[in-house]
Amino acid sequence: MTEIINFIGNHQEIIFFIILSVFVGVEVIGGVPTVLHTPLMSGANAIHGVVIVGAIIVMLNADPGDYLALTLGFLAVVLGTLNVVGGFVVTDRMLEMFKKK
Amino acid sequence: MQPEFLYSLKTIAYIIASATFIIGLKRMGNAKTARSGNLLAAAGMTLAIIASIFIHVNKTADGYETVETSGFIYTLIFAAIAIGTIIGWVTAKKVQMTKMPELVSMFNGMGGACAALIGLMEFHHNLDNTGALLAIILGLIIGSVSFSGSVIAFLKLNGTMNQPIRLPSYNIINTLVMIGVLAFGAHMVFSGTHSTTLLYLLFASALVYGILFTIPIGGADMPVVISLLNSFTGLAAAFGGFLYDNKVMLTGGILVGSAGTLLTLVMCKAMNRPLSNVIFGAFGGNAASGSGPDVKGSIKDLSVADSAVLLNYSKKVVIVPGYGLAVAQAQHIIHELEELLEERGVEVKYAIHPVAGRMPGHMNVLLAESNVDYGKLVEMEDINPEFDQTDVVLVVGANDVVNPAAKTDPSSPIYGMPILEVENAKHIIVNKRSMNAGYAGIDNLLFYDPKTSMLFGDAKKVLTELVAELKTM
Repeated sequence: MTEIINFIGNHQEIIFFIILSVFVGVEVIGGVPTVLHTPLMSGANAIHGVVIVGAIIVMLNADPGDYLALTLGFLAVVLGTLNVVGGFVVTDRMLEMFKKK
Repeated sequence: MQPEFLYSLKTIAYIIASATFIIGLKRMGNAKTARSGNLLAAAGMTLAIIASIFIHVNKTADGYETVETSGFIYTLIFAAIAIGTIIGWVTAKKVQMTKMPELVSMFNGMGGACAALIGLMEFHHNLDNTGALLAIILGLIIGSVSFSGSVIAFLKLNGTMNQPIRLPSYNIINTLVMIGVLAFGAHMVFSGTHSTTLLYLLFASALVYGILFTIPIGGADMPVVISLLNSFTGLAAAFGGFLYDNKVMLTGGILVGSAGTLLTLVMCKAMNRPLSNVIFGAFGGNAASGSGPDVKGSIKDLSVADSAVLLNYSKKVVIVPGYGLAVAQAQHIIHELEELLEERGVEVKYAIHPVAGRMPGHMNVLLAESNVDYGKLVEMEDINPEFDQTDVVLVVGANDVVNPAAKTDPSSPIYGMPILEVENAKHIIVNKRSMNAGYAGIDNLLFYDPKTSMLFGDAKKVLTELVAELKTM
């Protein structure tokens, strides 16, 4: 129990950060018309591609001789890029169609 | 340059990127600003990625350390990004708009897999730090569930896996497996184990849980599932951000996690079903069998020629497009029909149910693709009062969203779902492939209404014939 409480104390900045971000996320989406749900979901999908930053960090810190880590890291960067690039491009294609005729 | 300065530059890049995510999402909530919002977020993402690659300075207890990385690793990173960019770009550009939901699902799965791999690699580097291990294991579990769940959602949407597969008492099995995976995860975090085998075993069991979680859910509910898995991946990315104390991953991840959860709930609300109902299943399961109207009247069949006459001599026609139209890829031919009728002085509108198509808003995207005027797409609340002045309603591949049982039959599984009140129109023409029940597995009283005529056949084929017939008149 003491450990948990201390953990919270030691990580308070990040915990405040998380709480506020949750509310920002909810607030930002509020009142969106149904029409835009699909593009919005797709856009949000692209944004969580930010996980690629983690994959890049793993790669940068990897030991150049550790081929298992390098292979997994390489794969992670490919997958993360797919998520980011594919996500943004497909969202753009959807939204392009909404422009005023 | 000073390591401190470089570190600050990276931080500024991350701050800007985080702001673009928030502003981008906000702008995506409005049709006018949506496209620029998406591009803004994409620009922010590019900035964050560039900063992560080129500024490799870490903050340590006693100052800043620049980490030397070999050229070989940089080559690998660039190669991986190039491969991902080419494949992602080409697939996203080439995919047909009707296939778009499964593509979103696939990209979501990729993100989940990326998060899971990070967990696999980081585990052994953080054995002495319980907080970090917790973030790693949770990221690994959630990422894996999101990955395998998204793959199943993809297979269901593209028709490879049509029927929901339900093991007997799957709810109990799934819950037990979930508890098992979580307990296993807790063991990995708190027992101080170093076992690689156990780590991979946890990875595998989380993948299995993702499959079990998604497999009983029907194809029409996949949008909700994708949206939910989307927020899972956001959460997995946020755990990565916690692990590296990386604020841009945290902002992006949490933003998507919370926005995705809200979006999931909004989608459920449009179908008037609680989320638990989607996940634990009601349609086609025990709850639905036995209910539904028993009344059988007679079904009136209508020929293409008669339908053409009926449409041609109407003043006002409302088209109700549904899932069947999307599957048959009939969005272009329906637009041709609409233009032909408009030329002859018939007023034509489209009635868009919030959950029409394969995703909320999907129908709008499809019709926009075939150049239908945005102003002709009318949302449910606005079109419902207009049905009593409508001569003909043409229902194409929609079923449950026009089922009057939602209003009249409290025992119906769709009771309470807002519907398009097409039964108020003078004539209703329903195009369906067969008399099979809709997704909810219940009969539709509308088809037995004396004002309703059925026009059987594949949407694209029937509409093409209808257009040809109209042209001869």
